Amino acid sequence: MTLGPIAFTAPWLLTALIALPILWLLLRAIPPAPVRKFFPGVVLLLGLRDDDSVSDRTPWWLLLLRMAAVAAVILGLAGPVLNPEERRAADRGPLLILLDASWASADSWTARLDMVSKLLNEAGRDGRPVAISRLTQPEPPLFQSAAAWQSRLAGLTPNPWSPTPAMQGAFVALLEDGARFETLWMSDGLDRVGRDDLLAALERHGRVSVFQAPAAVLALAPVTIEDGAVQVTALRSRSTGPQDILVQAHGRDPTGTERVLADLPLSFAADEDGTTGTLNLPAELRGRLTRFRIAGQDSAGGLALTDDSLRRREVALVAGLENREGLELLSPLHYLRRALAPSADLLEGTLSDVLPANPDVVVLADIAQLTAAEETALSEWTEKGGLLLRFAGPRLAASEISRREEHPLMPVRLRVGGRSVGGAMSWGAPKTLAPFEKDSPFFGLPVPDEVRVTAQVMAQPDPTLAERVIATLSDGTPLVTRKKLGQGQVVLFHVTANAEWSSLPLSGLFVSMLERLSVSSAIAVPSAEDLAGTTWHPVRVLDGFGTLKSGDDLPGVSGEDLAEAALGPMLQPGLYTSEERQIARNVLSPDDRLAPAAWPVRITVSGLEKAQETPLGGWLLALALGLMTLDILAALALTGRLAGARTAVIACAALLTIPTENRADDITAVEATAEVVLAHVLTGNKQVDDTAHSGLFGLSETLFFRTSVEPAEPMSVDLERDELAFFPLLYWPVTPDQKRPSDAAYEKLNRYLRSGGMILFDTRDGDVAGFGTASPNGRKLQQLAAPLDIPALEPVPSDHVLTRAFYLLQDFPGRHTSRDVWVEAAPADSEKIEGMPFRNLNDNVTPVIVGGNDWAAAWAMDQRGQPIFPVGRGLAGERQRELAYRFGVNLVMHVLTGNYKSDQVHVPALLERLGQ
Amino acid sequence: MTMAPADTAPSATLRARAEAEAAYFPPLLARAEQLAGAVLLGEHGRRRAGLGDDFWQYRPVRPGDSRRMIDWRRSARSDAQFVREKEWQIAQSVQLWVDQAASMRFASTTNLPQKADRARLLALSLSILLIRAGERVGLTGSTLPPQSGEVQIRRLAQSLSHDDVADYAAPEARGMLPHARALFASDFLGDIAAVTAALTKAADRGVRGVLLQVLDPSEEGFPFRGRTIFESVGGTLAHETLKADELRDRYLDRLAARKDQLTALCAATGWRYLCHHTEDSAQSALLWLYAAFDGGTA
Repeated sequence: MTLGPIAFTAPWLLTALIALPILWLLLRAIPPAPVRKFFPGVVLLLGLRDDDSVSDRTPWWLLLLRMAAVAAVILGLAGPVLNPEERRAADRGPLLILLDASWASADSWTARLDMVSKLLNEAGRDGRPVAISRLTQPEPPLFQSAAAWQSRLAGLTPNPWSPTPAMQGAFVALLEDGARFETLWMSDGLDRVGRDDLLAALERHGRVSVFQAPAAVLALAPVTIEDGAVQVTALRSRSTGPQDILVQAHGRDPTGTERVLADLPLSFAADEDGTTGTLNLPAELRGRLTRFRIAGQDSAGGLALTDDSLRRREVALVAGLENREGLELLSPLHYLRRALAPSADLLEGTLSDVLPANPDVVVLADIAQLTAAEETALSEWTEKGGLLLRFAGPRLAASEISRREEHPLMPVRLRVGGRSVGGAMSWGAPKTLAPFEKDSPFFGLPVPDEVRVTAQVMAQPDPTLAERVIATLSDGTPLVTRKKLGQGQVVLFHVTANAEWSSLPLSGLFVSMLERLSVSSAIAVPSAEDLAGTTWHPVRVLDGFGTLKSGDDLPGVSGEDLAEAALGPMLQPGLYTSEERQIARNVLSPDDRLAPAAWPVRITVSGLEKAQETPLGGWLLALALGLMTLDILAALALTGRLAGARTAVIACAALLTIPTENRADDITAVEATAEVVLAHVLTGNKQVDDTAHSGLFGLSETLFFRTSVEPAEPMSVDLERDELAFFPLLYWPVTPDQKRPSDAAYEKLNRYLRSGGMILFDTRDGDVAGFGTASPNGRKLQQLAAPLDIPALEPVPSDHVLTRAFYLLQDFPGRHTSRDVWVEAAPADSEKIEGMPFRNLNDNVTPVIVGGNDWAAAWAMDQRGQPIFPVGRGLAGERQRELAYRFGVNLVMHVLTGNYKSDQVHVPALLERLGQ
Repeated sequence: MTMAPADTAPSATLRARAEAEAAYFPPLLARAEQLAGAVLLGEHGRRRAGLGDDFWQYRPVRPGDSRRMIDWRRSARSDAQFVREKEWQIAQSVQLWVDQAASMRFASTTNLPQKADRARLLALSLSILLIRAGERVGLTGSTLPPQSGEVQIRRLAQSLSHDDVADYAAPEARGMLPHARALFASDFLGDIAAVTAALTKAADRGVRGVLLQVLDPSEEGFPFRGRTIFESVGGTLAHETLKADELRDRYLDRLAARKDQLTALCAATGWRYLCHHTEDSAQSALLWLYAAFDGGTA
């Protein structure tokens, strides 16, 4: 049964509401329970009759309250459900859930998957077979049970490309002819070619409904550079009123860490679906940008990768003597300047001036001789990755450089004199360029016919010459040669940089060649012709969410494809490199526009949010409970018994609000800090704990009588609960069966040790086990101490401060007399000074002392000061006990005074006492 | 020598009860003395010659005076003989009856004293004042005849600390001394006939005094609502009502009628009537009582 947005699962229960009026009468008829009161004046009441013999009427509002409570119970049990999901009774057939799975759906991917999950649940309840297909990855639809898909749902991810018409066509081809199924199409909301055909194909198989996110799809167009400023263009699929977005420019900071280098707020006007902002950045910063991203947009479309187009290379132009003043067209640098100025920052000057600026490229136009210092600097710079571009010329031709043996800064040896062809005094016609070889960086560039070379320098035939030639003349003589030098390279144009020897600098080919050599970088997106013949390797590719992944496992892409092919599995958006150049292929092309999908009227389009089916029964029953509680209070108030109830409620509330933290903690803390208090760790073994406690009591008594340390009653410490910082010394008897402390307790212990506390570990088996042997206690100690921050240990050296902190001792007996007592090792470089009885040792208190002499048993004392355990035999035993006490005193003194007795100031007194 | 258990048990319970009683009355005594101490008191002479300690006047010897009565010191100063007369001081007997019944052991809230407590306090305080003024104070009936002296205060305190089991008590009018004074303290909610009989009997003997009606505020206000079962403190009487608030007016009418009866009775017998509520200060009531007794002696 449905009432507006509410339906009932058990509507017949609602008939119980009829009983409400009956209840009304009943409640009115039954008087409230009487109150018994002592009242001496009752004698005056005797014989008085009530006027109304029926009852004291329950007040109408109390009745109403009770009726409301009962009504709430009835309604609650009837199972009301808000926004009940309609069951599509008609469709019981197979269901195809079709996902666009493009970059545009990545931002709302979770919502999509939730929706799909809901649809799967529904289909599962109806027992419908389901297939889930992604348009960006066409596969034959596989109809399976909803549960099977449910488990694979999390593995579905959007792809960083859009479904192309080819993909859509492929999908249509995969559909079985005549198969009937209902289609639920999770669209990304973008219009694209071929969608109508796909829709028509799907409608032939059954009903189609569309789900798409109501929000507009946002994307970034590839960034461009104009007048030295970065132009960032954001697009949206639909004008949905004014909208503000934030574009973040990511890049590497000087330490190489990726971070946001700049923010650019953009806003769409109400009726615009595109907006452009300008980001002015210093060239240095701009060169480090790696990508732009719309903040909060998790899709590949919201991300624009940058490439060489944002980088302006620094090119240093160095020419020989400019002795022909004013003849600009004859200047060796004129054409270079013209070719490079639009896309590179030019530096001009002498070599020693420009090299410190660390340019990307150094162009030496007809320079033959360099000073030794210049040569060294230039070599170093080249080996670190610089590109040295040399042009030939009369001076180079005339010089002796690289004549007999190859000059490090020349790619080839040169023959004397060079040659000139096609001139008045020579044979033959001027030479043209031969088409570029396949392994040349210029491969694919069209060779114009009008380029003529009339003079050049000639390379000596060498075994290495063939691999260094990257461009030749039509007769096979090298025109451009190149060699690697460290991480950099040296390129030699065998002609001049001006039009003197050839018409190459006059042609467009010159600019393209410079671009291919990454002397300059392309400003505009390269066209297919520009990239013809090159192969590009993906370095980083995007996934659908805009996350960068390594592209190492993907195949290379030809330049034409990179420029023009549609994105797909074989050409994923990302950053591609070839040689030194980088090109970013973004999801959007510069002139792409986003258009909202237009669906025919017959298709139902719904959003991704479905009103959640909410059962209201629980709330109604809770309401009923609340009303009944109110009823109790009201009934109490009516009968005058609320006073007692009120105090009870207040008492309960007070009990509830009393801070539950234990005051005992504070009391313990005050007790532990008011005096020096020795403490031992509770092991859980009562006998051991009692011994430890009475041992520390005995030691405390001894200290009280003999020294100015006057400890209070020792305390037992539970490592899990108690604060340790109050205790200078923790005595930790080891039992094989004690519980390993928790990590929190270990953290506390380590903090304790680091802040100067000391733990005395006692394995209590010094009589049977030499230290380090695998006694059960020893093994337990290893387990217990493993997580502790304990430095290297060594047996107590004879000059350790423990041996003289109060008494002069050499042995540390307890109930046992093992000599294996270990303390923090002395620094390796500590040496005994001549004439001194001890070394300058650790400047702090040893954090642990490890031994097995069962000291607590030797110290143990009952309340009357009588020893509890026997030690040794006879007088020797008493001596041993005395030494045990002395060890305890020394121990506490060491803990409390640190290395005080290590100070060499005490040497004379100690020497005297030592009788030396 | 062994003692029979039958002998020890009663004496032991007696001792225990006595201890309990003794533990009860010193605070009462202390409070009563404190309350009495707040009232300044002096001996009240009779303003005529008689038996007493204070000098009244010298008068010439008249025939019939024995020679021993001649004040030689005064007579030596003149030729005539004088007799020294002292002011006549008479110790009045005051007899108390304080209601010890269960109905008096009632307080509507824990903040208020029980009616019995207040009645005993007032009676004992008054006794202290009167005894210090030289009167003789005792109880009606034969248990504690009027005597003077501090010891009597302790006896009174002890006697006043006994609880009675009965729900409502009738005033004890036996053993009233002729022309003595009396104080009846009770809530007077019980049988009015007994009160009438007692007062009549007292008036017959020339006894005058005060009726002190001690009431709890709830008895005066009747602040009850809803279905209620009213029970007497002793549990012998009960009354159930479905609507207590509707009984209120009729109850108050009956209470007013009872008060009127008492007032009328007092007027007829020459007694005085005071209605005291336990929420009010005990001191004002004590002052009124003291004045009532003191004024009566003039």
